[in-house]
Amino acid sequence: MSVLNPSPTGLQPILKPLAHHSPGNFITKYIFSTDHKVIAIQFLFTTLLMMIVGGALALAVRWQLAFPWESMPIVGPWLFAAEGGQISPEFYTMLFTMHATVMIFLVIIPILAGTFGNFLIPLMIGADDMAFPKLNMLSYWFMWPAIACFGMSFTFAGGPAAGWTSYPILADLAQAAPGSGTAQTYWLFGITFIGFSSMMGSINYMTTIINMRAPGMTFFRMPMTIWGLFITAILQAFALPVLTAGGFMQVTDRLLGTCFFYPSGLVINNAAPTVGGGQALLWQHLFWFYSHPAVYIMLLPVMGMVSDMLSCMCRKPLFGYKPMVFSMSAIASLGFIVWGHHMFTSGMNPALGMAFVVATMMIALPSAVKTFNWTATIWGGKLEFNTVTLNCIAFLSMFVVGGLSGIFMAAVPVDVYFHDTYFIVAHFHYVLFGATLFGVFAAIQFWFPKMFGRMMNEKLGKTHFVLTFIGANGTFFPMHFLGMQGMPRRYADPYLHGYLEHLLPMNQFMTISAILMGFAQILLFINIFYSMFWGPKAGRNPWNATTLEWAAPSPPGHGNFDFVPMVYRGPNEYAVVNGDKDFVMQSEKECLPASTTATDDTDITETMI
Amino acid sequence: MGKGWCLFFLFWPVAAVASCAMAPLVGWSFPYDNAQAASNLGMRIDGLFYLILIITAIVFVGTQAVLVYALWRGVNNREPRASHVHGNHKLELIWSIIPGAILLFLAIYQMNIWADFRIKKYFPEAAVKAPIAEITARQFEWRFRYPAIGKILQQKPQSDDLYSVNELHVPFGKPVMIQLRSDDVQHSFFMPALRIKQDALPGLQIPVWFEANKPGTYDLVCAELCGWGHYKMKAHVIVEPEDEYQTYLKNLTQQQFYDGLGKVAATEIGTESEATEK
Repeated sequence: MSVLNPSPTGLQPILKPLAHHSPGNFITKYIFSTDHKVIAIQFLFTTLLMMIVGGALALAVRWQLAFPWESMPIVGPWLFAAEGGQISPEFYTMLFTMHATVMIFLVIIPILAGTFGNFLIPLMIGADDMAFPKLNMLSYWFMWPAIACFGMSFTFAGGPAAGWTSYPILADLAQAAPGSGTAQTYWLFGITFIGFSSMMGSINYMTTIINMRAPGMTFFRMPMTIWGLFITAILQAFALPVLTAGGFMQVTDRLLGTCFFYPSGLVINNAAPTVGGGQALLWQHLFWFYSHPAVYIMLLPVMGMVSDMLSCMCRKPLFGYKPMVFSMSAIASLGFIVWGHHMFTSGMNPALGMAFVVATMMIALPSAVKTFNWTATIWGGKLEFNTVTLNCIAFLSMFVVGGLSGIFMAAVPVDVYFHDTYFIVAHFHYVLFGATLFGVFAAIQFWFPKMFGRMMNEKLGKTHFVLTFIGANGTFFPMHFLGMQGMPRRYADPYLHGYLEHLLPMNQFMTISAILMGFAQILLFINIFYSMFWGPKAGRNPWNATTLEWAAPSPPGHGNFDFVPMVYRGPNEYAVVNGDKDFVMQSEKECLPASTTATDDTDITETMI
Repeated sequence: MGKGWCLFFLFWPVAAVASCAMAPLVGWSFPYDNAQAASNLGMRIDGLFYLILIITAIVFVGTQAVLVYALWRGVNNREPRASHVHGNHKLELIWSIIPGAILLFLAIYQMNIWADFRIKKYFPEAAVKAPIAEITARQFEWRFRYPAIGKILQQKPQSDDLYSVNELHVPFGKPVMIQLRSDDVQHSFFMPALRIKQDALPGLQIPVWFEANKPGTYDLVCAELCGWGHYKMKAHVIVEPEDEYQTYLKNLTQQQFYDGLGKVAATEIGTESEATEK
């Protein structure tokens, strides 16, 4: 037992964290853990596993679009023996439904809120754990029933086939499609479970951020990452109940015949006319009231993380910290009143569309302000192109495209043409892949040393980046052209229509790019697993960053910090004179004079733990 | 290596702009080899599209160029430390107000087109008075119900209504309105050439108007997921001169009410005498 350093804050060292008992045996330490760091890593591996599933589904979709009705390689012959390895149209509907479902609900939302939210919130605000550790554990374990339900829905006839938007009547009545039977019910249960999981997470994050900040950590000293996660948690807490309620209404429609979403007199698939009195449009309102804010749930944490990473990599304070915070809040609050832009062609009152147009146009403004601020952060910086920087720049570069293509859709007459064509597919892939996933790749590389105590490999990281970047642009940029041509989404065989026939070569090019991109992800997995065991050891602060988590050991022990940290300044103090360093951490009381060499107490404290 | 990365980030916007510039020449732009929209409203929509395209292209090129230049400067920065700047109030104001004004302008500018397109008060009066047909989308075909010649389309199907499947004929030279409905699930009425799209919502009857500015055969596809056969809801809209349209309706009447013995069964039809002569 070594002697602890004297506390710089004069506060008590954390010897017995009060939040929860320290882990005992293997099971409470690694499986049913209440430690936020372990839960974060559980979320990380679960979501990476799901990313493989979602990616495979995407490749199958791409296969059908490039080589329609040809036998699918490798898995085709044993999966569809009866059809000679062909993807059937009903299987195709299931493929894109599950690709979206898996990627949105099981990859992007959990990797942001689950992995980075869990890992970074307590560490960055100087807390020893989450406010509700058991709720946190429950939030992770509610993912598994969701995965089980989604998995089960594959096994029933047709699979869930109504798209991830699950629009009634297709999703509401069993006779509407081969996949709208039991499969759809299980799918809805899956959504409900994942909703509970997110809900528990968001309550926990809000409470932790509001109540457990270290002394001196005022709201405007919080790192942008925390702002992103905080606002995301608020969005989830207020928007998600609506989807959960809507999903429950759809379940009761299906199982109890409550008729919320279907009118009377429909004759579907030669079954008896429906008894109804409901309205299909109601679902769209409920669904998009959640699912538009969900877009920001999938974006704001990344915006925050990229702000911190860019600032660190450019060795320069974040340009316009407060405008960044305000624009993020503006995105979140406007995000609640733009859901109608998904419904311009839906049959909703067209005059109402006008209000949504103005709100939607205006929501582009805070995003533009953020983009300009990031560029200004790079301006005059002193940067080095490592994997983190590259992925952050890719985030910025591709977010610009996703943002600008959004303006076309915001103008409603143009949207009417582009609605449900590949233009919209291009738009949201530029946002969700181009921005979010590149941000996530950067964040994995950046915080990996804190999670596992070892650095990731730069060469593998860069190769992965280059291949993914080329593959992503090769796959998603031509989608704009497909949309211009008026190729609708969710078509198993668009070439049936004369005006789309000539698009086959372009689709083949996109599929080849997608395959390249898919296989590039193998490098990411190799990098993660290799570096976990054999990467070079990282000290406490390998990136010379300023936020609190870098004051903790890598990986942080139970209770995170040696002492309750004291916060003296804002989060991104780079480009200052502090001894021979160019940064000053949030927990450092004052800068050293230029002549002194900063004592590296990092290694001393690390050996202690 | 730093310069190489700058070129890497320069290369892709250049490729993007080049492929966009090339698009109209190689058939990647609007359908039918970048043909003009086949309606005046469609041409106004295209005009709006090109306006937004110009604005976004300028912003895209500008932001990417500044980004690459900033990277170039950053990687060649020989100072011991980066510049210690926390922000600039004036800059923030400039880059909030200018884009804000442009966006607000776009939001207001497009309202007229939208009003003419979808708000019933602004529909052409002639078209509203006599809807030309009722379109019923169902899994997986389009069904059309025309009123009998000389009659007006009724809400409820009449015994002398005319029916066709996957082929809609409309007269040329005047705005036409159709009533859109669905029998089963949601569908969407999408005519790429006219830039028209409207969902068919079960339980509702939604009016849609259009006026093609040249006769021709236009593709009609479904743009809202409606089940496994979503991709094969293939139909055509044939815009033809008034006299050809009337001939079509007459032929349709004959086919539909021919009783197999040389007589047309529906006696109340105005064209009965002509039909029986044949």
